[in-house]
Amino acid sequence: MSTAEPAFLEALDLSCERDGRLLFEHLNLQLCAGDMLQVSGPNGSGKTSLLRLLAGLMLPAAGEIRLQGQSITQQADALARHLLWIGHAPGIKGLLTAEENLHWLCALMQRPATPEAIWTALAAVGLRGFEDVPCYTLSAGQQRRVALARLYLEPPPLWILDEPFTALDRQGVLQLEGHLAEHCQQGGLLVFTTHHSLTEQPLGFRELDLGRQVA
Amino acid sequence: MSSIFILLVQREARLLCRRPAELINPLVFFSLVMMLFPLAVGPESRLLQTLSPGLIWVAALLAVLLSLDGLFRSDFEDGSLEQWAVSPCSLPWLALAKVLAHWLFSGLPLVLLAPLLGLMLGLPAENLPTLLLSLLLGTPVLSLLGAIGAALTVGLKRGGLLLALLILPLYIPVLIFGSGALQAALQGFSATGHLLWLASLSLLAITLAPFAIAAGLRIGLAE
Repeated sequence: MSTAEPAFLEALDLSCERDGRLLFEHLNLQLCAGDMLQVSGPNGSGKTSLLRLLAGLMLPAAGEIRLQGQSITQQADALARHLLWIGHAPGIKGLLTAEENLHWLCALMQRPATPEAIWTALAAVGLRGFEDVPCYTLSAGQQRRVALARLYLEPPPLWILDEPFTALDRQGVLQLEGHLAEHCQQGGLLVFTTHHSLTEQPLGFRELDLGRQVA
Repeated sequence: MSSIFILLVQREARLLCRRPAELINPLVFFSLVMMLFPLAVGPESRLLQTLSPGLIWVAALLAVLLSLDGLFRSDFEDGSLEQWAVSPCSLPWLALAKVLAHWLFSGLPLVLLAPLLGLMLGLPAENLPTLLLSLLLGTPVLSLLGAIGAALTVGLKRGGLLLALLILPLYIPVLIFGSGALQAALQGFSATGHLLWLASLSLLAITLAPFAIAAGLRIGLAE
């Protein structure tokens, strides 16, 4: 990568340790606009930990993560404004309806959404008619869809998604794959983990196998 | 900034109203303790009256502590806390809103219930304003300090006892000034000094505790 401009998000010589066990070390990573990075590897190889490090939720044991050339510890505000994080637990409250959940999450991101926009996003993920039912009555796949509806609500450019395909049906997986590819084609960035292989790989696609640790 | 504060308070209010058991538990605990004491120590009104400041305050303190154990746990488990931490909003500010909402729906009803239970213990009616005021100034401190403990124990499955051990020592000044105010009023002295101390503790907790809570939550999330 010989561009003069620094990569949007980069990891330098990153090591991660959990409970005294080294998960990975000397990991280098560069992500520019349009890149899609699939982090794969066996269970316990540190996929989620890497994502949490990139999202700034954890601190690395060694190394540094940079956003636009500056360490994310100094760039916490910029990172927060650019980042959409959906973790393994997606932050959906069972007692609230899909609409209330999304309204709150959008407000929290400081990207307020109108009720119309939320209904459109819910329809886009196939939840038309489920806008005002408490989320605990929805199935696991439907709850995952509520969280994924955020990807249709004027999302920020950098998406970090932990196992976004979990619990989705075949049609949902295909649709999400399409949406993720479209995001990257429009100059967005995506880092995600999954165990399944994508049916089509967009231009900026790369895979990072933490089991072998070659980017 | 302030709109997110109001939105969070609204959201918490909605959540609590849809799960009313959590609202009612501390109130039931508080009332039960206060009802059992006259049965245990005997119905002699002079004795009960002398004991009442301490009884009310200890019961209120334990009721608040009980209600705080799960303050952040459900948010931690369903990933809401992660969303707070990665959001552009300041985490201390969100934490303050969360604790305020919790206090409005569990601390405040307790404060309002206290005069009734005070009367039951034979507390003279002219001392009820002091009781109300001392609890009104003291319970926010209890909630905020307790929230620090709740944040630090958020990742633990059973943090209840640890929370009590961590936080009870910090509650002692509030307990002393709170029951002291009532004791002074009962003996015919002015309670102003005690109440002013409580007010300053309250201000101190409101300004500093949110930062400690946020730091505790970040530690819990990084585990």
